Amino acid sequence: MKFPAVTPSAGKSLARRFGKWRRWDPYKKDQWISKAFLWPSLIGVAVFFVLPFLVICYYSLINNPNQHDFVFLDNFINLIHNSAFRTAAYNTARFSAVAVPLAVILALGLAALLECRIPLKSQFRTFFLSPMMVPVASVVLIWQVLFNYNGAINDFLAVFGVDKIDWFKSQYDQVAVILLFLWKNLGYNMILFMAALSNIPRDLLEMADIEGAGPWFKFVRIKLHFLSPTILFVTILSLINSFKVFREIYLLTGDYPYEGVYLLQHFMNNAFASLDYQRLSAAAVLMAIAMVIIIAILFYIEDRFGKDVEG
Amino acid sequence: MIKKRYFSRGALTLIAAVFAVAFLLPTVLTITNSFMSQTELSANYGAIFSSLNDSSSFVSQRVNLKFIPDKVTFGQYFTVLLQSPDYLLKFWNSVILVVPIVLLQVGIAALAAYSFFRYQGKFRTFVFFFYVILMLMPYQVMLVPNYLVARWTGLLDSRWSIILPGCFAPFSVFLLTKFMKRIPVSLIEAARLDGASEWRIFTRVCLPQCRSALYSIAILVFIDYWNMVEQPLVLLSDTEKYPLSVYLSTINAGEVGLAFAVATIYMIPSLLLFLHGEEYLVEGITHSGSVKG
Repeated sequence: MKFPAVTPSAGKSLARRFGKWRRWDPYKKDQWISKAFLWPSLIGVAVFFVLPFLVICYYSLINNPNQHDFVFLDNFINLIHNSAFRTAAYNTARFSAVAVPLAVILALGLAALLECRIPLKSQFRTFFLSPMMVPVASVVLIWQVLFNYNGAINDFLAVFGVDKIDWFKSQYDQVAVILLFLWKNLGYNMILFMAALSNIPRDLLEMADIEGAGPWFKFVRIKLHFLSPTILFVTILSLINSFKVFREIYLLTGDYPYEGVYLLQHFMNNAFASLDYQRLSAAAVLMAIAMVIIIAILFYIEDRFGKDVEG
Repeated sequence: MIKKRYFSRGALTLIAAVFAVAFLLPTVLTITNSFMSQTELSANYGAIFSSLNDSSSFVSQRVNLKFIPDKVTFGQYFTVLLQSPDYLLKFWNSVILVVPIVLLQVGIAALAAYSFFRYQGKFRTFVFFFYVILMLMPYQVMLVPNYLVARWTGLLDSRWSIILPGCFAPFSVFLLTKFMKRIPVSLIEAARLDGASEWRIFTRVCLPQCRSALYSIAILVFIDYWNMVEQPLVLLSDTEKYPLSVYLSTINAGEVGLAFAVATIYMIPSLLLFLHGEEYLVEGITHSGSVKG
């Protein structure tokens, strides 16, 4: 044989060696177009989120935007010693610590309820999902009516001999907000759980039935196991939504709420108003770091418990 | 045994019904109350608004929660729609903020998702992962960059300072990519062999395949922004430009009669979307269900 056989791989390496030949390939040229489809989004994300965020990281390390002296962690230390920030961080953490588990467990309960053979299943699903579509601003009025000092909730509690509670001006102020949060978010979480529940292999559950497993065993050892990726996701989602609860609080109580619902967003708003860049950027960076850590921990937990489950 | 099963089924239905009532009540109350007359409303709820504006005064008046108005009247709507243009203006503010965001965000996301769907190199995997992280960031973190960009570009206090960052939110890119991954590759290859260009494959093969996904994502994005409060508060200082979501909370005692009608009008667009597209919405939520893969 005079010439070496031309294999596809040889052709490929030739093309790679003479890069300019590839440019003439109409197929490749076309690929370039659909690769470029990513650019608008990528450029936008870079311009509006990533680059400014890097600037914020820089701002959080300098003394002020005019002098540009590096002070390293001073801003963070100041922030942590700031009593308003501490109150805000504590309240936000407390709110999330109560609201997120409730949102996960109740949503799972609702999904399990709809899994049972009850009549009007799809109607119930619609009802549970509907709050998601109602703008918070629209129902805030009703919340104010219900939780007013002379409102319906206090009247209802009076039946059980509970004294009147001034919901928005006492230590109970988070209760009304948590209820609003749950009302709004349970439907979404429930749909996620319903999808996950219907993905559990039926034969596994039947097998468990045959082998005499009780409902509790089936729930804990089979269903929870298969649900673990969804539980993780719903937890993260509820966590993010619990940071958004400022909306509800602002609409309920305005700029200056009672101390118990003074959240990080209130703190940030004040920092915006006074144009305190250092405080603002330090707070944003701190929150981003905290969020990444929380997500990493949740992923780690999920990895250990639901390793063999397809996501 | 059978009797017991029926009993537990009844109990479960009862629980579901209780929850359903609790979930529906606020919405239904808002709507029914919007048909009350001005005098009836102030008689029932006047105390709330006076106590809101002046916290020092002790609330002595009773607050009656009423389900059914004594006399159904469209007076509130009449006033809102014809006599006080302020509310309609704020409603219009909401519309011109939200509609461009929904259209542009879905459009840009569709392009990006197609790119993620066709090529899965190292760079793209990294970028996608990065988008997921970005999506999970609380809004407070992202608001500071938005504010800085708005200041630098002089967009602060204009509607664009809300619309532009909204267009590039990574949420719909993430969701749409997951939808597109279910399109059979053979379909794309067939189009390829027939000599279709990438743009043609995108518009004629890919987009029709995920029409329902686009709709469901548009609904999700719409609800999110229809509800916005933080962005206008931080980015807009001119209260004239505030959307209705923020403006509704500034309603005061003199306008109690209008509050419920405005609230009802405000929820109509999203309720209509919900009633029309519930199936799509559920499908959209279902697919947002896992961050990995």
